[in-house]
Amino acid sequence: MANYLIKRIAMLFPLLLGITLITFTVIHLAPGEPVEMQTAMSPKVSAASRARLREFYGLDKPLHVQYLRWLGHLAHLDFGRSFAPDNRPVTDKIVERIPITLSLNVIALILEFGLAIPIGILAAVRRDSLLDRGISVFVFVGFAVPTFWLALLCMYFFGVKFSWLPISGIHSLGYEKFSAAGRVWDLAKHLVLPISIATFGSLAGLSRYMRSTMLEVLSQDYITTARAKGLQERVVIFKHALKNALLPVITLLGFSLPGLIGGSVIFETIFAIPGMGQLFYQGVMARDYPLVMGILVIGACLTLVGNLLADLCYAVADPRIRHGRS
Amino acid sequence: MSEPGRGPFQEFWRRFTANRFAVAALCIIVALFVLSVCASFLTPYDPDAIDAWHVLLPPSAAHFFGTDELGRDVFTRVVYGARVSLKVGFVAVGIAVAIGTVVGLVSGYYGGWVDTVLMRLVDIMLCFPTFFLILAVIAMLEPSIWYIMVIIGLTGWMGVARLVRAEVLSLKSRDFVSAARVLGASDRRIIFRHILPNALSPVLVSATLGVAGAILTESALSFLGIGVQPPTPSWGNILTSGKDYIEFAWWLSLFPGLAILVTVLSYNLVGEGIRDALDPRKQQ
Repeated sequence: MANYLIKRIAMLFPLLLGITLITFTVIHLAPGEPVEMQTAMSPKVSAASRARLREFYGLDKPLHVQYLRWLGHLAHLDFGRSFAPDNRPVTDKIVERIPITLSLNVIALILEFGLAIPIGILAAVRRDSLLDRGISVFVFVGFAVPTFWLALLCMYFFGVKFSWLPISGIHSLGYEKFSAAGRVWDLAKHLVLPISIATFGSLAGLSRYMRSTMLEVLSQDYITTARAKGLQERVVIFKHALKNALLPVITLLGFSLPGLIGGSVIFETIFAIPGMGQLFYQGVMARDYPLVMGILVIGACLTLVGNLLADLCYAVADPRIRHGRS
Repeated sequence: MSEPGRGPFQEFWRRFTANRFAVAALCIIVALFVLSVCASFLTPYDPDAIDAWHVLLPPSAAHFFGTDELGRDVFTRVVYGARVSLKVGFVAVGIAVAIGTVVGLVSGYYGGWVDTVLMRLVDIMLCFPTFFLILAVIAMLEPSIWYIMVIIGLTGWMGVARLVRAEVLSLKSRDFVSAARVLGASDRRIIFRHILPNALSPVLVSATLGVAGAILTESALSFLGIGVQPPTPSWGNILTSGKDYIEFAWWLSLFPGLAILVTVLSYNLVGEGIRDALDPRKQQ
């Protein structure tokens, strides 16, 4: 196990380097520069002060120098200073936004797995029944529905028509005066819609996947043997089949992270949630290079860590992997 | 089992048409094509014609889907929006499939360090939250539908590359490929003549599902205001005004969203249908 762990962690470094390289290239190859954006509106800005601004941001150096410099700072977890007027360190800006996005996504992830696994099992066990067909319809609609449209519809029904839930932000006005319980309730009310929509968006794929792995396991010989032994169906399914059917689902845990984080731009923008997605959107619009690069790197690293954790879980569950045989 | 006198395509078609949902979905897709080609004959309105006297009207016999905040006919705009969606879906997926196929072929056929480098590149690209990457690039470029298609394509080839590579690896050691090599066929001939045609069926499935994904991405980008720019109608940017007027005009939100839902659903169903029809384990 230790060997396996060391090998997996050693493999992270070239990937990390690749992530920084792609991030840097993508951002710097795009035509136009932040300095032009900032000065385009004021024709009085002289060429000399433009040059000074470029020098201030380090944009006058050759690209490889800029990259190595940025990489050197990254090694100390320093993402540079934001190009925005507040000129704050990017790390601070991101760190204050991470908790909300991450906790939203983790809650959505837990709900997603907690719902999709039973749904998938149920559909597989009652294959071709009315229930299975109903679930299939739900799955296909879930695949096809645009998240932002679903968010709009929910805002219309729950927010506008019935006024049950707030539709924007994470706090009500006067939040500071609420009691502790009142604050939790207020926060919960604001987050119900975004979390439900984030969960729904990825529920379909996962439950479909769970159904197919479960069906595959159920068609294997050892399951027939278990049934032939006269074991109860409940025991066959939960004790014999489920464990093996869950294995491939674990790897999906890591893969679903980039989708969730990517999706957060959309629902954070719609629901005005001050998270990383919203920050990224603002950063992109203002061409705040250090901020955009910082969030891209952190987003990719979160995925990397998610994949690593998923692989480790897999190795713990499946001895063939950790002993290097497959 | 295939019947005598039938080619593989007829066999595939027979199995595909046995799936009612897939056939219905295919009809919808064909109808959408016809709709977007004949858009100007289908509706009496100009998609960009502003009519200050008929602003935010609810659906009626004159305006099936109502009118928007500038008095434009929503039905007309949704029909014209189909053009954008179809164009984006096909061009973006075409780019993704082309890149993915080449990378997968090269990687699987040559193996060694070429394979290692290319597959690590795939791993790295898969780490990025795709939507972040697309957003970052699109927002820095001049708004244009062509950039959107290219960028969606450039960030969507990794799955195809992995699929093709796996196919190539399993085909490479098969007898007919060895035979071709012994007969002195060049690498290029073996790759394009013998391996590629056999590796294409999983790609077809993934491409069909990819069209659905690209349509969803484009509509999300347009919804955020960095995709297709008004006045050109796209389902995503009609929904942007839907959001702004959600308290007064539900029809602005409902119809373009339904259009996206039905279209994406159809591509997914056709993709699943192709997959089942090609799967030899699912004999009917």
